[in-house]
Amino acid sequence: MLRILQFLYRIRAFILFVFLEVAAVWMIVSNNSPQGAAFFNSSNALVGSVLKKQADVVQFFSLADANEALTAENAEILQKLQLFQVKPDSITFTLDSALTATYQFKGARVIGSSLRYSQNYLTLNKGSKHGIKPGMGIFNPEGVVGRVKSVSENYAVAFSLLNTGLMVSSKIKSSDVFGSVQWDGKNSSEARLLFVPRHVKAQEGDTVITSGFNAVFPEGILIGVISKVAPDAKDPNYLDLTVKLNTDFSKVNYVYLVENTQFTELDSLYRQSEISNEY
Amino acid sequence: MNIRNLISHLLLIIFLGVVQIFLLKNLALFGVAFAFLYLLGILVLPISLRTVPLLFIAFSLGFLLDVFYETIGMHTAAATFLAFVRPLWLKAISPTGGYVDSEEPTLSEMGLGWFLSYSLPMVFIYSLVFFTADQWGTGGFFGVLNKSLFSSIFTCLLAILVQLLFFKRRRGI
Repeated sequence: MLRILQFLYRIRAFILFVFLEVAAVWMIVSNNSPQGAAFFNSSNALVGSVLKKQADVVQFFSLADANEALTAENAEILQKLQLFQVKPDSITFTLDSALTATYQFKGARVIGSSLRYSQNYLTLNKGSKHGIKPGMGIFNPEGVVGRVKSVSENYAVAFSLLNTGLMVSSKIKSSDVFGSVQWDGKNSSEARLLFVPRHVKAQEGDTVITSGFNAVFPEGILIGVISKVAPDAKDPNYLDLTVKLNTDFSKVNYVYLVENTQFTELDSLYRQSEISNEY
Repeated sequence: MNIRNLISHLLLIIFLGVVQIFLLKNLALFGVAFAFLYLLGILVLPISLRTVPLLFIAFSLGFLLDVFYETIGMHTAAATFLAFVRPLWLKAISPTGGYVDSEEPTLSEMGLGWFLSYSLPMVFIYSLVFFTADQWGTGGFFGVLNKSLFSSIFTCLLAILVQLLFFKRRRGI
């Protein structure tokens, strides 16, 4: 017995090493599982406030660009608003409330982001106090940015579209063929459009937008443009489509968050009928 | 290790940590060369330091970085591995006569050639573990090797620069 203890004492460093390594791997795994509760991440109050201070300084230099983009977007929205103004010589009728207020929008600022890893995340400066919930979609005027992963009181952490774990239900605008956009972890300006059958005539230059099927994003938010069409090497039934992303992820500063107010109802319906809804 | 050494090491680690989190976080030269400068804090700890405290230091440092980098567990796993390999590697490359005359594996005490042969493989192993964990399941072993190689070279260059600029010189280099 004494010998065993002596032996264990002699290799204590190795035992400690194995223990710590297992702890680290456990953290990686639990952090990457979709439902895994993330206790330690940048939505932590202390870490979030540090990141916010940093972002305050860094983003000061890109204020001019951000302003310009906001002005352009305002102009576009004003243009669209004209269509909805009631003209005195016309008849209007109000839509059913179930159709009108499906999506709610909120704004936030990105205070931390990465784009060089395989699993990239964003940290936002708003949290549950401001009505941010896990699962909300994130986009900016350029296109889709990501999806909220977890929230704390004042901050939120989100999957970037540049995260191999995120799939966005999307479609080719011209032909209405739908598929899923997923990043392959290689180039931060390109992603793949998966599950497009081979008979579809896809061309370089076709626009890819969100489909509105997975109840996260409303229909029609830009994702990118198809830059390469090839038959899939692994599965001959599908096409291998490369999408050039429209969003410049190195310059994502201000974003919009969108929530589908009927998501819970849809989700429970899916569950009831045992359809797994991709996220 | 006396109290003065302890304090100067603590200050060094805090300084490197702040630089790593605020300046080097989003830096990646050509998309492949990352800088893990905070490893210098682990690398230059005294040679006589036992493995157990070393493991704890590396684990907590890696964890601190992970919290800011949003890469929970990856830096921790890599840094712990680095700390475990360090005594073995130090033993393997010990100069003839052992480490009697010097206490810390720094550039000024051991010279440029030795420091490179010490730090380059260590940082390479660290990067290898880190990028393997990062790209787990997404394939691309070549990408992992590519990133690891250039990251270790870049990190070592930065580590040498920092030591030349901020460390006390003992011999003329």
